[in-house]
Amino acid sequence: MTPAPHPLAPEMRLATPRDLAWLIGALALAILPHAQRAPWWLTLLTLCLFGWRFYLSLDRSPLPSRWLVLGVAAVAMLGVWIEYRHMLGRQQGILLLVLFAGLKLLETRTHRDATAAAFLGYFLIVTNFLYTQSIPAALLMCAALFAITATLVGFSAPNRAARSNMRTAAVLLGHAAPAALVLFLLFPRVNTPLWGLPQDAYTGMTGLSETMSPGNLSNLALSDAIAFRAEFQGELPPQALRYWRGPVMWDFDGRTWRLGDYVPARADPPTAGRAAYRYDVVLEPHNRTWLFALESAASVPPRARYSGDGQILARFPVRARLRYDVTSVIGPEARSDEAPYLLRRALRLPESFNPKAAALAAQWRSGARDEGEVLSRAIAFFRQGRFVYTLEPPMLGSDSVDEFLFDTKAGFCEHFASAFVFLMRAAGIPARVVTGYQGGEVNPFDRIVTVRQSDAHAWAEVFLPGQGWLRVDPTAAAVPGRVESGLARAVPQGEQALIRHPGLEWLRDLRNQWEAAAHKWNVWVLSYNPERQRELMSLIGIRDADWRSLTATLFTALGMITAALLLWSLRRMARPDPVQRAWRAFCAKLAARGVERSPHEGPRDYAERAARALPGARRAILHIAALYMSLRYGPHASARRAKQLRRLVRELRLT
Amino acid sequence: MISGLLERNPRFAQWLYGFKPPERGTVVLVHRRVYIVPARIGWLFGATLGLLLIGSINYALGLGFALTFLLAGLGLAAMVHTARNLARIGVTAGRAEPVFAGEPAQFRVLLESRAGFDRPAILARHLGSGAQLVVDIPAHGVAEVVLEAPAARRGWLPIGRLMLETRYPLGLFRAWSYVEPDARCLVYPRPERSPLPTAAAHEAAGGQRSPVAGNEDFSGLRTYQLSDSPRHVAWKAVARTDGMLTKQFSGEAAAELWLDWERLPPALGLEQRLSRLAGWVLAAERGGARYGLRLPGVEIAPARGDSHAAACLQALALYRES
Repeated sequence: MTPAPHPLAPEMRLATPRDLAWLIGALALAILPHAQRAPWWLTLLTLCLFGWRFYLSLDRSPLPSRWLVLGVAAVAMLGVWIEYRHMLGRQQGILLLVLFAGLKLLETRTHRDATAAAFLGYFLIVTNFLYTQSIPAALLMCAALFAITATLVGFSAPNRAARSNMRTAAVLLGHAAPAALVLFLLFPRVNTPLWGLPQDAYTGMTGLSETMSPGNLSNLALSDAIAFRAEFQGELPPQALRYWRGPVMWDFDGRTWRLGDYVPARADPPTAGRAAYRYDVVLEPHNRTWLFALESAASVPPRARYSGDGQILARFPVRARLRYDVTSVIGPEARSDEAPYLLRRALRLPESFNPKAAALAAQWRSGARDEGEVLSRAIAFFRQGRFVYTLEPPMLGSDSVDEFLFDTKAGFCEHFASAFVFLMRAAGIPARVVTGYQGGEVNPFDRIVTVRQSDAHAWAEVFLPGQGWLRVDPTAAAVPGRVESGLARAVPQGEQALIRHPGLEWLRDLRNQWEAAAHKWNVWVLSYNPERQRELMSLIGIRDADWRSLTATLFTALGMITAALLLWSLRRMARPDPVQRAWRAFCAKLAARGVERSPHEGPRDYAERAARALPGARRAILHIAALYMSLRYGPHASARRAKQLRRLVRELRLT
Repeated sequence: MISGLLERNPRFAQWLYGFKPPERGTVVLVHRRVYIVPARIGWLFGATLGLLLIGSINYALGLGFALTFLLAGLGLAAMVHTARNLARIGVTAGRAEPVFAGEPAQFRVLLESRAGFDRPAILARHLGSGAQLVVDIPAHGVAEVVLEAPAARRGWLPIGRLMLETRYPLGLFRAWSYVEPDARCLVYPRPERSPLPTAAAHEAAGGQRSPVAGNEDFSGLRTYQLSDSPRHVAWKAVARTDGMLTKQFSGEAAAELWLDWERLPPALGLEQRLSRLAGWVLAAERGGARYGLRLPGVEIAPARGDSHAAACLQALALYRES
């Protein structure tokens, strides 16, 4: 006999219009965030495919032929190619996934196809996280996940009201949450990717670059994107001391400053100073290795190194939000020695550029007794030079320093730093350009300092014999407001982003609150990493947790959750009442001795028969039967007597 | 795959599932009796989870991990819910009406949700016949399924093993349970249509004088048989219907007829004899005669009516059955 078709097998169950409506709704939710990046026609096409499929289901029309579906696919892929001119990128892959969701529905007949399409929804959700993992993205994920779950429940219970199925989906997700939390916290995490990522995986990350030329920091300053956040333990350093050191530029070609060769460290960072600050930094990915720390760092985070020019460098480019804690000291003890080759490098200048600036420097040098005097002359020059600080500096030609210092007198911090270091080198004082961030906004709600790309800054460091490297900020000298109150008040109004407008305090408040939440989100959800996992494990008393202890803890916790779920599933199950259970146990005992109760036999007849068959236990048998009958049918049932019955049955010995 | 293996190795299945002899009364599917494995969709779900996990690790997607782990938790919850959907269903086999051999026996089975939640999409399948039905059981309520099983031989037909299965709520898991209630269906011998014994059946002992299928009073129609006289064919009825019908006449309503084993041709085997007797019982009952049944060791006094016919047919069904 051939087995009958299985009515619960998904390939045997046809998708009804209700099933399709749910599925389409769930997939639309999953596609929604992609729509803001996809070309409009692709989103529209996918929605049309959804609508077409639903329309076909209403009057049970046959599905379009495979050739028609393939034709639509080919046209859409051609469209993607025209849009991007290649097909192998991440964005194109995701667009094809969106399109595929529509095409898959067109060949969905049974629940098997429909379920596969629902699983496709999971991939649509997760691919959105390649672009954004914000709180709204997470909320949208929850909505889409709920819709997909309710859709699947609907497939399994086609005759049930949608409202009941939604309730079941909610209960299921509620039950999934504890296990999900435990897995999230305890599943062993790794820091490195499993394989190489596609070329375009990290485009669009903003941040400082390896070079500095006029214009590139002022471009960055227009970006409101967050560079990093710092959470201080205890006191916050004042605004004017918040210099976050980043890449250090040594080499100048007349226009552009470059990092040059890596400077190996000769010693550990200095640890003693006037004031020490301990803080956690959550760094947004910027696809470079620099880690930013307050000047000057006294400790180096794990898996990072300290360079000879005071940079902190991660081993790999930072491609995911990174959290590290650092200690910084203000006014560290001076290191008055420096390698001679570095001092020579810090004096190197391109030949025959910027003659006027070079002449000015030579004039300072000849009239000064020592380096200190040259320095103060230079600072005075900037302070009195009536320089204008602007986000839109005029274009500069090949003698960029000369033009800035003597003609345009308007620039952004990179102009000031570049010109200052040029002057110092021309005057024979070793100098270098340091880029990084200055300031940062303190959120009054959680006291976290948020540093944005618009806080990008460049300053100078000069080497004075006996005093070592000193920070000099020519921008601060020329435009004191820049450093004391941040960019907003230093730049003329009209050039600022609207949100920095001093009149919009309430808007800033709102943003501060939102960012406080977003910071917690980043720390606890997005940049949860092996280090944090170890911290958590040490809270429950497991030090130096490795993957073995994590896995052991994970399975213990999952086992407990499963047991709790099983207990829940036993709840609300009707159990026979205790009297009935005792009676059944009694019957089972007698049956084991060969006296089985026949279904029609009442308790009295049965007990009498059993008493005759087992005369040794006659009294007990009759007693139990009498008690049972009075409890079951009599007016005086009581818990005490029910207990007595249970005890009697338990103690009944039939020998 | 697994079920195929078990079907080929009944003793292995017996050991694995701890099959019990038929159980009396209401059988409650306790958790211990519910088996659960991932369905094919469940494996696909697992593969999806694996891909999501690898992607999340590779791109360090915090929310990707969150989604993957939520789905893993969903799988766990679905497993518990699927088993729960079957656990503590009370299975009671109802009364099965007797049938004639060759007809399907119809077993009524009551499925009772002994809990405060409903149980959608429960499949009940009769393993012997493959008859199956999907029902929803309301909370604290009962759903009835009627499963047909072929009844080939006369005698008692035990209901045999039933399987209950569910994939609710997500279709990721398949939970099932076996139950064999102590229910049976009486199967009468396959009735052979043959003319009732004639007036010669007259008993010497009694004062009965009536040939049964006489030709005085019209008493009804029956299907035509080759031995029937063409004069008795109901030609009007033939014109109306598809088949040939023969008019039946009974001599006397109160005639008593003995359907006697001894009077059957000696060449007939046991089953043929029982079949013919069963056919006679039906014909006699239809003809309105009082009739009695005589088998070796069994005698049922002449009477009339449904319960009498049932008693006669039961005697035939169980004759020389262990």
